[in-house]
Order: sequence, then structure tokens, then C-alpha cells
Amino acid sequence: MSAGVGVDLENLWIRFGDFVAVRDANVNINGGDFFSFLGPSGCGKTTILRAVSGFLDPSEGKVLIGGNDMRGIGPNKRPTALIFQNLALFPLMKVWENITFSMEIKGASASQRRKRADELLDMIALPGQGDKLPSELSGGQRQRVAIARALCAEPDVLLLDEPLSALDLKLRQHMRTELREIQQRVGITFIYITHDQGEALTMSDNIAVMRAGVIDQIADGKTIYNDPNTAFAASFVGENNVFRGKIKQIMGTEALIATNRSGDLVARISSANQGKMKEGDEAMMFIRPEAFAIAAEGASGNHFVTARVNHEEFEGNVFNIFTEGEGGKEIKVSIPNHGQSFQDHTGQNITLEYETHNAVLVPAGELAAE
Amino acid sequence: MNLSFLRVSIWVYLALFFLYLLGPLVIMSVTAFNSSAFPRMTPWECLTFQWFGDLFQDQRILNGIKNSLIIGAGTVVLSVAMGLAGALMLTQIWPKLRATYYTIIIAPILIPGVVLGISTLVFWDRINRMLGLGADSVLSNGVFLTVIGQSTFIASYCMLVLVARLQRYDMALTEAALDLGATHAQAFRKILLPFMRPAIASAAVLAFLASFENYNTTTFTFGEYPTLTIELAQKVRYGITPSISALAFIIVALTVFFALLNEAKLKRQELVAAARKNATVEELAGKIKLPSFFAGNMAAVLLVVFAVATITVVGTATAYNPAQCIANVKEEKRLEAEQRIQELRKQREEQRKKREAEEAEQGDAGQSAPKPSNNSGFGNVFAPNTLGSGEEESQDTETPPANNGGFGGVFDPNSLKSE
Repeated sequence: MSAGVGVDLENLWIRFGDFVAVRDANVNINGGDFFSFLGPSGCGKTTILRAVSGFLDPSEGKVLIGGNDMRGIGPNKRPTALIFQNLALFPLMKVWENITFSMEIKGASASQRRKRADELLDMIALPGQGDKLPSELSGGQRQRVAIARALCAEPDVLLLDEPLSALDLKLRQHMRTELREIQQRVGITFIYITHDQGEALTMSDNIAVMRAGVIDQIADGKTIYNDPNTAFAASFVGENNVFRGKIKQIMGTEALIATNRSGDLVARISSANQGKMKEGDEAMMFIRPEAFAIAAEGASGNHFVTARVNHEEFEGNVFNIFTEGEGGKEIKVSIPNHGQSFQDHTGQNITLEYETHNAVLVPAGELAAE
Repeated sequence: MNLSFLRVSIWVYLALFFLYLLGPLVIMSVTAFNSSAFPRMTPWECLTFQWFGDLFQDQRILNGIKNSLIIGAGTVVLSVAMGLAGALMLTQIWPKLRATYYTIIIAPILIPGVVLGISTLVFWDRINRMLGLGADSVLSNGVFLTVIGQSTFIASYCMLVLVARLQRYDMALTEAALDLGATHAQAFRKILLPFMRPAIASAAVLAFLASFENYNTTTFTFGEYPTLTIELAQKVRYGITPSISALAFIIVALTVFFALLNEAKLKRQELVAAARKNATVEELAGKIKLPSFFAGNMAAVLLVVFAVATITVVGTATAYNPAQCIANVKEEKRLEAEQRIQELRKQREEQRKKREAEEAEQGDAGQSAPKPSNNSGFGNVFAPNTLGSGEEESQDTETPPANNGGFGGVFDPNSLKSE
């Protein structure tokens, strides 16, 4: 892959009156990367995108594209193209006119534009649809036209603002793959905004997890999932069981936690927090549902939790077991379906077991809203 | 039974409503074709196109139309531009100010036109003097003042029309254009303006009509350029002729024509859109078979009928000569007048005889009783006796006293021949 143009945010602050939308963001996006900003709505991710595309001036800090400071350069002069959340296709123009709008601006002839439009329509698998109006296309087709229109401007950086949120589930999953393929084909930097962790994890090279204007963690998907920095990152990306408590003892990269309701448990301190946590600190321990296994009856120790099964669900690839630990602590467990006969535990007490490296310890903090 | 009563009463109501709405227009249009010198429908005299001819020879009316068109065009340009600017401003302004701004910009609609007219006149006169310009400067020119004066409130109308459309505009479209490399001017011209075009057309038509029919603002500002409404108002002061009906008829006909044209066009677009929607990709790539122009388009049919009728009427008008009919009517009128005179004369004769008989009865007393005809109190000017008395008895009744006709005899064919 050719090294595309990178984007850097340096000490970026964006304020609207007293409200701080983005707080001291520092991000390095490598050229040719598929980079996602992941966060709940209102966390400031769209604000960052608008600052990169030039619709918004940062209150402080810099936006660098390809190493050049973009201060004072308008959106029409930046090497970026934005795909809007509602796509913003021009309703009065035909599809081919929409796609080649950026060429019209530069004064290209109609025949040149037609030719380029046909190429791009082939690329997005909509050959021969150039003479339709956008309103005559389906949601997924419009989506692809919007991508073609952005690509026609030959940007160095393509910015996508939750472009899949309006599509139904099936189409969304299909478009994920397609977007990733297009990105690898054209080799330019994609910056993708989403609140859907599935989209972020499947498509991205790197992900920035955002919460209330602050970037909690920047890493690849696997790291974000397995080794979150903060309680928010741990609870927002994927499902997680949280155990609150105080650190009782630190043993190198591991720690023993006195949990509020489940006794003393052992956990791995997340990489970013190693050496920063000390005994007596409030902490949160996260164990994914799939990290639990059902242990033999009567087993006890620092990596066993006892619970009573409330009900069970069969989801196809997994069995979900909803249990209640001591003091009403809800714990979700997912057991992969290997096709074996599964014993129903409803109403029984079971012992759950986990491996220490699957229990991640972070400082106590705000959790993502359910 | 009850239901049918309801239905009938709805129809009756509708009929009354349309009678109220369209009746005056119909009657006025009909009077344009009656040869009677005063615009009236009854008694019907002759079908004539004379009043149209008169209209097109009336320099003041023609000049008024010309001025109205010039001022209308100026007002359209100024009002639509100001209205669009005002509407755009409304979407851009700080939200807290929006309600206040809206009130201010709508206010001219609520201010009486008379006030706007006077204030325009006074204001620009001041400016004119401040700049030390003479009475013949642009700032005191009737066309300039009228355009400015009318635009003060017509721009508000335009803004209302444009705001309605602008509210449906997605600002992301402008951003998308900017993002794709367009300048602000290009985004405005290529994205916003095409989107606003239907509303701009509506606003322009509205502005033109409002300008064309305006009287109370224009009456203060027209200076040496009276518009059609001003001319009509001045004409009506000296008596109304059917040529004004003819003008009204032309305006009504043009309105109907353009309304039908617009309706036919809209319907056509609808049909085309429906055809496109049903078309497959292959059909779209090639040529879609569009429905023929008249299929399912009532307005288009009516339009053609209307156009044919107009052409027929104009054709008839050039060939038609109602001279014979008019002559007949005149002759009829003359006979009628004569008959009336005969009757009057007879009455008078009887009165005279009666008087003589009375006098005879009173004997030779020779009292100088005043003549009863002098008692009328109008100095006898209305008494028919005063016209003919004296010679009446000495002369034979060979020439009819055509002077009694009330038109000073100008319409009497005899008055021409007798001299």
C-alpha cells in the first residue's frame, strides 16, 4: 500500500461558548490508515471531523494534514472529502452529475465528466445508473454514490461521518466489507466516525475511543478490546462484566482486589496503568462474558466466582447464561456452542472460573451508559 | 333524503360562492363587447370589438401599461434579491435574534401602503437635497421612487415565500459542495439557487402582480410616470367607458391562460416523474416512452381549447363589422326618442287646451295669472315647452326636435344630414 497522507491533531481544543466539545486531543493518523473515532453520540467525534474538513476552526491547537498546518485554509482548499451522515447528495442533479461535481467546479467538459462517472459507477458496482436521480436509488446505492462523489475529488483523506447509520443491519454489514475493500484499493487515509463498535472493530487499523470530548485510548481493535485503558473504554467496546473494589495487594503486573460483593479476586493490571496503581486505590475489574467457564463444583480461590443462574438464552453461536452473584451482582456468561448437548442450569448455583490475563484492572471511572 | 338535501345545499352554496367570486368579472368582461357607450350588460345593443380598438389607441392607458411593466420588472428584481437576502439571513442569524429579526422584516407588510408611499417620498427627497441634487435627479425620478417604495413591502412577501422553501434546504448540501472544492459563490450558484428556483419564480410572479396592482403607495411616488392603476383611477374620475372593461377582459384572459399553462406544466412534470419511476434501467439509459402530452392532463386540453377560442375571437374581431347593427340601434333609438317627443307634445297640447278652456271659463277677466309652467322652480330649464315655445305654433312640425336627445344631437344621424 502506498503511504498516503497522514493527519495529526496537536493539542486540539474546540469550545462552543462554555461547552468544551473536544479537550486536548492528540492523535497521529498514519497515511493510508483506516482510522476510526468511536464513541457515544455527543462525545465530540463529529466535531473533530468537522475540524479536520475545515468547517470548524479549532479554539486551540493544530490540525495537520500531510504535515501542513491547516489553519486558515477553507474546506474547499483542503485535500479532504467528507461523506455526510445524511449523504447530502444534490437532489436536483443526476447521479453522474453528482459524482463529478468536483470536476465541474474545475471546469471539466461534460464528456470528460461522463467518462469519469462511468468509471466510478463501475467501481461502486452501479453501472448504467448515471442518469437516475438520487431519489430514485435505494439507500445502499445512494451510499455508494456518495462514496464515488467523494473519491472523484481525489482527496488525500476521506472523512466518513457515520455513513452507515441510516442503513438496515444486513446492508450495513455488507457495506462494512465494501468500504474496507474500497479503502484498500484506493490506498488513501480514511477517517471514520461511528458509535458502533462492531463497525470500528471490523474495519479499522486503529481506533480512538472518545468520551465527552476526551480521547481515552488510541490503539488497534484487538488492544482496545483486550487491554482497555479506562473503565469507559472497557465498558463501551463490547460487553463486559464489571467488578468494583479496592486494590488489596499488587503483585507485579497482577493485583488482588477486594471486590465489593464477590470476595477477593485476582486480575491483570491493564498495560497503560501498570505502575500507576497502588494498594488501597478504588479500581474496576472487567471480565468479558466469553472469558468465563463453568468450573467443577466446590472449586474456590482467587479466580472463582459463585453465582446462581437466573435464566439462559441460546443465541446460536453462544449460550448466554444470566446469573446473579452474591449481593445481587449480575454476571453474564457466554459459553461457545460446540454442538454438544448443553445442560440447563436454571435455578442452580454454579461456580465460574476465569484466567487471570482475561480479567483487566483499570482505575475506577465512568462507565458507558447501557 | 336528508343526505341528498345536504348535497344539494352544498352545490347551491358552491354556486353562490362562485357567483360572488366570479360574477363581477364575468359581467365586466361581457360589457366589453356591448356597443353601449356606458359599460353595461342590459340592454344588449350590438356585439362590438370597438372598445378594444379604443383601448389600444388610448395613449394614456398604453403609457400606463408601459410604466407598470417597467416598474414591475424593477420591483421584481429588487424585491426578489432583497427577499432572498433576508431569507438567507434568517437562516444564518444567531438563534436568539431570529424572532426579533423576523418581526422587523415582516413589519412592512403590516404598515399601510399610504404611509410607506409618503415616507418613501419624504425620505428620498431629504436624501436628494442632502446630496444637493436637483429636482430632475435619479433620486426624485418617479420610476425609481415607485420601485423603491413598492419594494419596501413586496420584498417581505418575497421573503415569506422564499423562507418556506429555504426551510426545506439541507445546509449540508452547501457544505458538501464546499468540501468538493467549490467556492462559496459556486456553491450558491450551483446548489442553492437551483434548489430555490421554483420559489424564486413564485416570488417573482407574486412581486410582479403586487407591483402591477399597487395603488396606494404608487399614488405618492409615481411622479411623471403614472402606472396603469393610477391612469385607471384618474380615468374613472371622469367617467368610465367600456374600454376599461376591455382592458379588464384582457387581463382576465391572460390570467386564465397562464394559470392553465402552469397547471398543464405541473401535471406534465408529475406524469413524467411517474413514468421515470416505473421505468427500468435499460429504458432510462435509452429513451423512456413518455405518455403523450394530453393523456391524463385536463389542464393541457383546456389550455388548447382556450387558445383556440382566443384565436377565433381575434379572427372574428378583425373580420366583424358591427356598423350595420350600430346604425340599426341608432335608428331605433332615434325612433324611440321621436316617439317620446310626440307623446310629450301631445301631453303639452292637451295641457294647453285645458288651460285655454279654463281661461275661457274664467271669462274676460283678463287676469294676469302666472303661467303654470313657470312654477317648477328650476327656472323652467327642464320644461319641454321652453325649447320649442314661440315658434312651435307658427311652424309646422317638419323637423323633429332632435335636441331633446340629451347628447346634444351628436348621435342623431339627422343632425348630420340636415346641415
